[in-house]
Amino acid sequence: MASPEPTDFLDVRSLFTEEERQVQDTVARFVDEKAIPVFPDAFDRHHFPKELIPEIAGMGLLGCNLSGYDCAGLNHVSYGLVCQELERADSGLRSFVSVQGSLCMFPIHTYGTEEQKQRWLPGMAAGEIIGCFGLTEPDGGSDPGAMKTRAVQDGGDWILNGAKMWITNGTIADVAVVWADTEDGVQGFLVEKGMAGYTSRDILKKYSLRASITSELFLDNVRVPDANRLPGVRGLAGPLSCLTQARYGISWGVIGAAIACFEEVREFTATRILFGRPLAATQTIQLRLADMCRRITTARLLSLQLGRLKDQGVMHHSQVSMAKWNNVRMALDVARDARDMLGAGGISIEFHSIRHMLNLESVITYEGTETVHQLVIGRELTGKAAF
Amino acid sequence: MKILVGLKHVPDTETKVKVADDGVSLVEAGIKFVMSPYDEYAVEEALKLKEAAGEGEVLLVCAGPESATATLRQGLAMGADRAVLIQDPRFDRADGLVRASALASVATQESPDLVLLGKQGVGTDESQTVPMLGELLDLPHVSAVGTLEIVDGRFTAHREIEGAVEVMEGSLPAILGCEKGLNEPRYASLKGIMQAKKKTIDVRSAADAGIEDGALGEGKMVVWEKLDLPAPRSGARILEGEIDDQVVELVRCLREEEKVI
Repeated sequence: MASPEPTDFLDVRSLFTEEERQVQDTVARFVDEKAIPVFPDAFDRHHFPKELIPEIAGMGLLGCNLSGYDCAGLNHVSYGLVCQELERADSGLRSFVSVQGSLCMFPIHTYGTEEQKQRWLPGMAAGEIIGCFGLTEPDGGSDPGAMKTRAVQDGGDWILNGAKMWITNGTIADVAVVWADTEDGVQGFLVEKGMAGYTSRDILKKYSLRASITSELFLDNVRVPDANRLPGVRGLAGPLSCLTQARYGISWGVIGAAIACFEEVREFTATRILFGRPLAATQTIQLRLADMCRRITTARLLSLQLGRLKDQGVMHHSQVSMAKWNNVRMALDVARDARDMLGAGGISIEFHSIRHMLNLESVITYEGTETVHQLVIGRELTGKAAF
Repeated sequence: MKILVGLKHVPDTETKVKVADDGVSLVEAGIKFVMSPYDEYAVEEALKLKEAAGEGEVLLVCAGPESATATLRQGLAMGADRAVLIQDPRFDRADGLVRASALASVATQESPDLVLLGKQGVGTDESQTVPMLGELLDLPHVSAVGTLEIVDGRFTAHREIEGAVEVMEGSLPAILGCEKGLNEPRYASLKGIMQAKKKTIDVRSAADAGIEDGALGEGKMVVWEKLDLPAPRSGARILEGEIDDQVVELVRCLREEEKVI
């Protein structure tokens, strides 16, 4: 085998540039040394390890595929590899970085004024300002066009009313990118912590993404100056373009979760002796390991090609839908199978697979459910919207 | 202050190595090569000294194959200013004197105020380069430095020896070998990786570095005859019962079964 990693069966790594490999190795080391040791306990305690933020920011992981404003300016394949490595630790860690970079810094960078960029982006890259993204509402996430949050102009200000649900980083955010319906269609507003009428609270008692903060946002006659409106976009294209960025990162990230489960179960089955031989010497285990490896390898190739398309500036959002659908389904199936192959111990915090499995139940739902992505591709193939 | 840091490009310590068919080299496919871990302390210490001084230059030097540029790029991404690669594939199995000579040629040319290296390069772990480089350059040298202080052109280095700490003082320039615990090496930042692309790696041949061709080939002072992997561990036995009985049994085993005492 030419490849150092069994999960990289076709040596996809050889297709990366030296710089991309260096980015991956650097983040991998941070994840192995600093992140993987803390996440099992953080998940158990329903706690996001905020103490990692300075080091994550110091390495330049926040908004790393944006340019200028103290961002690293990496290409999109490198950003994908960052996500993949982070999610080897926990989907909650990758979610934090996805939300900060793809859902908050990206719209400010793309649709904001120069003043807004100068004011927010360097602090967000430094991890000193935390962002959250408010699109989904309590009455359903897959139909954002039906949003009830409204922004009405009042002199030089806007008055926002409504509620947002399932918001990662909500209660620790210094700024929320809130999407609200207006007379001129959906627009984005930078709602700041401390603005009168803006409150948030955590959603507790989750069985998934327990090492990530998930919140509700409430907007009760919040007065937001026009200077906090993102002027560069109108309509759902704004928030959907952010989701395309984040979904792109997810499609890479979940490969990391799957690799973590695969490596765990490969080691376990190699050393676990049943009926006088290692589990790995049985046909059922080998078939299952081979299937995991095949699906991880396929996902790697899919994401790499998606990244190359994105770096060429020709990626279409429906192609991201295919990668998000395929790769998250792959990761969830791998995690569930790994959990099963670990036997009774597999339900214990001592193993990572069950944590990844539970996290991936969120990942397959958020940022477009599997069904929505299938229908996006269906619409692309037939020219007819069925949703 | 100008600091020269010598680096070695080595197989990752977590790699499971295989001996190639020739019996004296490793199968390179599947091996991940990294900066020798002790060298990371040297890079970190150099960067810290430069940052504390507010000025200076950190120059990396490696004698190795073309692929060793990856290790130099890592050091550049951590924050070093420039790098020299003395390139020859045969450095992989070169002896300590050849490596030290290669580093000495660059040190002579660059006249650094301080030379930092890892105390040993993992893999062969000979710990020879630091003292050899010191002797070649006729400069003070200390290895396994766990604490370092530099004031007014003089260094104070602490090194742990059995049951005590030895404190060495000397004048700069000097050659110091860094020990684990000297500092906590930083991660390269993504911005550092991007900036490292713009930094130069000056590639020279072994001949440019004054190394005679024979020293890397026929005339090598140390020749690798054969590589063997450590024998697999055989089963362990755990003694049970009262501690006195265990001692009696242990002594019996060592004497009668293992015949080592």
